[in-house]
Amino acid sequence: MSLKEKIFKKSLWLFHLSAGSCNNCDIEILDCLTPRFDVERFGMKLVGSPRHADVILVTGIVTKKTKPRVLEVYNQAAKPVVVVAVGACPCTGGIFAEGYNFAGPLDKVIPVDVYIPGCPPKPEAILAGIVKFLNKK
Amino acid sequence: MGREIFYFLIFPGILFSGIIGGLLSWFDRKITARIQFRQGPPLLQPFYDFFKLLIKETIVPSKGSRFTFLVAPILALFGAATAAVLILLPALGINSGFNGDIIVIIYILNIPSITYIIGALASGNPLAAVGASREMKLILSYEVPFLLVLTSIVIKSGMSISVSDIISVQIQDGAFLGSISGIIGFIVSILCIQAKLGLIPFDIAEAEGEICDGVVIEYSGTPLALIKLTKYIMLLAVPSFVLTLFWKGLALQGINILWAVLKILFVVLLLTLIRNTNPRVKINQAMKFFWVWMNLFAIITVVLSILGL
Repeated sequence: MSLKEKIFKKSLWLFHLSAGSCNNCDIEILDCLTPRFDVERFGMKLVGSPRHADVILVTGIVTKKTKPRVLEVYNQAAKPVVVVAVGACPCTGGIFAEGYNFAGPLDKVIPVDVYIPGCPPKPEAILAGIVKFLNKK
Repeated sequence: MGREIFYFLIFPGILFSGIIGGLLSWFDRKITARIQFRQGPPLLQPFYDFFKLLIKETIVPSKGSRFTFLVAPILALFGAATAAVLILLPALGINSGFNGDIIVIIYILNIPSITYIIGALASGNPLAAVGASREMKLILSYEVPFLLVLTSIVIKSGMSISVSDIISVQIQDGAFLGSISGIIGFIVSILCIQAKLGLIPFDIAEAEGEICDGVVIEYSGTPLALIKLTKYIMLLAVPSFVLTLFWKGLALQGINILWAVLKILFVVLLLTLIRNTNPRVKINQAMKFFWVWMNLFAIITVVLSILGL
């Protein structure tokens, strides 16, 4: 692992993007910031602006209405940026895969680095996904 | 000339105050985490943040003014570093031979806030404009009581406007914190620097959940790293200024090093505790708080110090 990558992985700032979710995964993401799970010990924190983001956490199916917004947020983020698909919906479409407003799973829209399936994934599963990503390579 | 450049870049300037300020920022985050029963970030987290931002891409908004947008963080860093040098040289007991520096310090401590406003307005983002207008109002609010407290310090030190003279008066007659007017002035100035450093409850200009980091919303990559560094330096410089005014400064000889560290950690701990036990106020509430209550207490301080209490 190069020095650049090491520093990058030590300080990941998260931007939370809901692309039409049922709010379950959003609540589970907020759970990760609570005292019980505390992702700040990995150096992560939530930021308000996509310009500051190192990680974009996408929840929910990408609908036809939110697809241009997802693309815009991805283009606004400063590269390098990691995209994480949280929950079954952005990974595959989940139970909404047959829906009339479904615009394809997230990796058809923007490149995805980490998939965390589950409906919703437990905070433990989200943390396990993050740790697997940190230990990759 | 060489010595001045050394002062500015290395010893009390950018490098030293950046590193110490980064450690103070870690202390602030760690105490916050412990208050919330969390584990908190590792010791080197502020430096990881800084270097990570250096390797990120820098985006300039297409509708903004490119030059002003990119120059503002550099000016902010230089302003903060100059303030740190002017404050820390006398505070650490090195005589800069500069009379009247307290007035220069007041001006230069405002440069980072003003450059945030300029950079935010140059970015062309509406949320940044909201943040800039709030920051402007905040400066107008906290400057008046802070200046009044400084006036009381100048009166107490026998009409001296040099920081080294203020320290030597305190070493002879005891710290100003020991008197009634000193205690009231200390409380007022702690609340003023809370607003100056942009910490909760006065982080109105950068409200994260409300206007998405406000003044710094459009910054990314290296300019954001410079703004981070400015914040680290200000977190060292402003508390040391208050310590210089009220508590004999930070002498670095022998056992005094321990006292200096404990004093600065005490002030940062106070700021952190205030930040963790209060919700964010609205801008009108902040202005009312400073213009009515803090001004009242600051005027009482001035009157008491004229009476010699």
